[in-house]
Amino acid sequence: MKASNATSQDLIIVGNGMVGHHLVEQLIERGAHRHYRIRVFGEERHLAYDRVHLSEYFSGRDADDLALSTADYYAEHGIELHLHEAVTDIDRDARELVTPQGRYAYDRLVLATGSYPFVPPIPGGDRDGCLVYRTLDDLDAIREAARSATTGVVVGGGLLGLEAANALRGLDLDTAVVEFAPRLMPMQVDNEGGELLREKIEALGVQVLTDRATQHIEDGDTSRHRMVFQDDKRLETDLIVFSAGIRPRDELARNAGLEMGERGGVVIDDRCLTSDPAILAVGEVALWQGSIFGLVAPGYQMAKAAADTLCGGELTFEGADMSTKLKLLGVDVGAIGDAHGDRSPGARQFRYVDQIKQEYRKLVVSSDGKKLLGAMLVGDNATYDTLMQYYANGLELPADPASLILPSVEGAPALGPDALPETAWICSCHNVTKGAICEAIDAGCNDLGAVKGATKASTGCGGCAALLKSVVDSELEARGVEVDQSICEHFAHTRQALYSIVRVEGIKTFGELIEKHGHGLGCDICKPAVASILASCFNEPITDAAHVPLQDTNDTFMANMQKNGTYSVVPRIPGGEITPSKLRVLGEVGEKYGLYTKITGGQRVDLFGARLEQLPDIWAELIEAGFETGHAYGKATRTVKSCVGSTWCRYGVQDSVGMAIHLENRYKGLRSPHKLKFAVSGCTRECAEAQSKDVGVIATEHGWNLYVCGNGGMRPRHAELFATDLDDGTLIRYIDRFLMFYVRTADRLQRTSVWRENLEGGLDYLKEVVIDDSLGLGDELERQMQTVIDNYECEWAGALSDPEKLKRFRSFVNDERPDPDIIVTEERGQLRPA
Amino acid sequence: MTTATAEDLTTSNDWQPLCTRDDLVAHSGIAARIEPRDGPAQVAIFYLPGHAPELYAIDHHDPFSGANVIARGIVGDVAGEPVVASPLYKQHFRLRDGQCIEDEQVKLRTWRVALRNGHVMVQV
Repeated sequence: MKASNATSQDLIIVGNGMVGHHLVEQLIERGAHRHYRIRVFGEERHLAYDRVHLSEYFSGRDADDLALSTADYYAEHGIELHLHEAVTDIDRDARELVTPQGRYAYDRLVLATGSYPFVPPIPGGDRDGCLVYRTLDDLDAIREAARSATTGVVVGGGLLGLEAANALRGLDLDTAVVEFAPRLMPMQVDNEGGELLREKIEALGVQVLTDRATQHIEDGDTSRHRMVFQDDKRLETDLIVFSAGIRPRDELARNAGLEMGERGGVVIDDRCLTSDPAILAVGEVALWQGSIFGLVAPGYQMAKAAADTLCGGELTFEGADMSTKLKLLGVDVGAIGDAHGDRSPGARQFRYVDQIKQEYRKLVVSSDGKKLLGAMLVGDNATYDTLMQYYANGLELPADPASLILPSVEGAPALGPDALPETAWICSCHNVTKGAICEAIDAGCNDLGAVKGATKASTGCGGCAALLKSVVDSELEARGVEVDQSICEHFAHTRQALYSIVRVEGIKTFGELIEKHGHGLGCDICKPAVASILASCFNEPITDAAHVPLQDTNDTFMANMQKNGTYSVVPRIPGGEITPSKLRVLGEVGEKYGLYTKITGGQRVDLFGARLEQLPDIWAELIEAGFETGHAYGKATRTVKSCVGSTWCRYGVQDSVGMAIHLENRYKGLRSPHKLKFAVSGCTRECAEAQSKDVGVIATEHGWNLYVCGNGGMRPRHAELFATDLDDGTLIRYIDRFLMFYVRTADRLQRTSVWRENLEGGLDYLKEVVIDDSLGLGDELERQMQTVIDNYECEWAGALSDPEKLKRFRSFVNDERPDPDIIVTEERGQLRPA
Repeated sequence: MTTATAEDLTTSNDWQPLCTRDDLVAHSGIAARIEPRDGPAQVAIFYLPGHAPELYAIDHHDPFSGANVIARGIVGDVAGEPVVASPLYKQHFRLRDGQCIEDEQVKLRTWRVALRNGHVMVQV
């Protein structure tokens, strides 16, 4: 065939893997599709897909999810796509490509044929059920074979082998990994790291056999195959996957007479040209300075250089860093630069091993200790990004390099994004530097998404996502596009600033605050936030006329609105202790008003389905029986959960119920940036689950241990031990100070856990403020808490005694009939919304 | 428009009294039942003293939750335009014309409302 357009040249790309596709993108980016008539040949049925995440094919991602592009994208740019069409020959004399379907003329040709899995020449290695792990079709074959299998073996304990093992686990096979070398991942880790990796992988139920050379494979007794090793040991299995390395797919080049490496691979120069300047090669088929690069990032860099070469540019491939950050079978493994330290004469090492948490970190540094030459991580890659920056940018190490790999302690040096030079690599898949990100921002990208779109950073393996975000945030801030800290459009202040204004100026109403410090009517953000601040400072009844329009509906009606517009009612039951007769009243009220009744997680009783106009009657009966409001509707103290403690329990060492009741009665009615949950356990068995609460108290032989800033819910966080063996008075004093300091400094709707994580200086700082009184605030915080306690009144009791307030509890001002749209049905003997 | 002149009130007979000024809650809402020609409805009346207009009548039915709760939402403004936030899923509706800010397909019904001799009147 001849090009239809005489002015355009024919460009053919052989191979549509990740690198082949990246080349297409690079060409389009440079407008090459307007000068070249481009044809792409792929041997597989599928358009280029994400091979890095191939094992996810067995955990929910299908071929479409893994696809890197669409046929439409190719069509839109006039690129002819020949999938499922294997190229059989290159006729260099005629400059034609040969496939079973025909011959295609080329002016320029790019080989992106990649590699194939190496299957060691083992007798029996070609038996049915001996498979490889490389393509989606391979995965389909593995899946098919796994249907009649219960066990599987992966031959090869390197990166791809462990990926394959993960895939077999995903198919519910009992999985084993057989490695020829004495350890797993011999390229990336040393013996010590390899041993830890083995332990971690074995803990996942994967059998690991190292130092095993398979001699032959034969029929098994109990399984389909029997593998026989060098020492005559045997292993029976139903399925075998070879993943013992890759070899370049270089047969086309070899047959065409291009210069080849001794052990395969098409020789290329810095511009990705082969020995025939009409032909280029990229990716795993290409041999550059004697090396094949088996990772996607160098492949992408070759694709970029090749695209530039084809467009007459000067960009060259200058080798690539083989540093990798992986998560294999859920285990973090990272290797940077000269991770083994065997390529750098005079290099010194730092090693950190934690055999309990199973973490291993090693630094290889220059003899003067100033430069990072390499690093090895097993079990935790948290430090990878920082170490990579030191390595890639030749930054001078901190005075004590060991601090970079020691367990994170407060004050460990952090490498902030602003400390990185312009040349710092952020995304190695797409070769994006900090400078490129800054350019994108200067060109008008003013959020993370726009920067990702413009630079492609973090769209490859995604490993740099956190780093990219911190760089973008930092650069945006530096350009004054700072994240607006204003609470909303009506106040140009943070919650903390509004809190200070209210306190310092003694402002007691929202009207006064917005008149002096804001504008407009306010909104559903600032009104409840200010209501909360006013309540924390002065604790006036929220149902007062000045405050009631600020409240969320739950606070307004002192009950929790449910999805059908009815409310639930939760009376306070301090410490979860209740007399039988009071419990009976709850039952009677629930029955009388037809309320769905459920026990809460906080040791209370929740009564659902009350209509607005029923709430006062319900509460009149509850208050008559001695109940108080439970503030389940408020950003306020909720409950203090407790175990039964020393009163009854043979293990208890303190009266946990007594302490819980004392705490609940002390802090009830305290409004705060978010809800507050407490618990008290009577001994170290911790039956009250205090370590999941904002404030947790656990009894000891000598007093109480105090834990703070725990959380259950969406993002669970263990509370941290704050102080030990406290007497009652000190415990209360610390809690007073802690809570008021939180109320004073947290953002709106920020739980203590998130507040603590954002608190500069962390737990140590919090201890200094509360225990050592480093800010001299102790007395003031205690006084403020006392004000809240002194002004406590049961909001429901207050509302019931005020006819003006009760007027609000009408579903309709002109009709006493209930809302006809509230329809209920019966389920398990109770009423629920229909 | 949601206000009416005195003339309207005297010349038209589809104005219906709902409640008195005392039933209103400043900077907040109350609910009432009305019987327009197209069937029974529930209306939320919001009262913003000092603002022009002072009174707004908007559907009490929240289309996102299906519950009748709009009168119990928080009143505020978005760029100066008075709105109410649904107490359930927090969508904002313009008090002037019922338009939902988050979803342009959704618009609540509104009615003309006025204060006459201490009575809150709605045109049904």
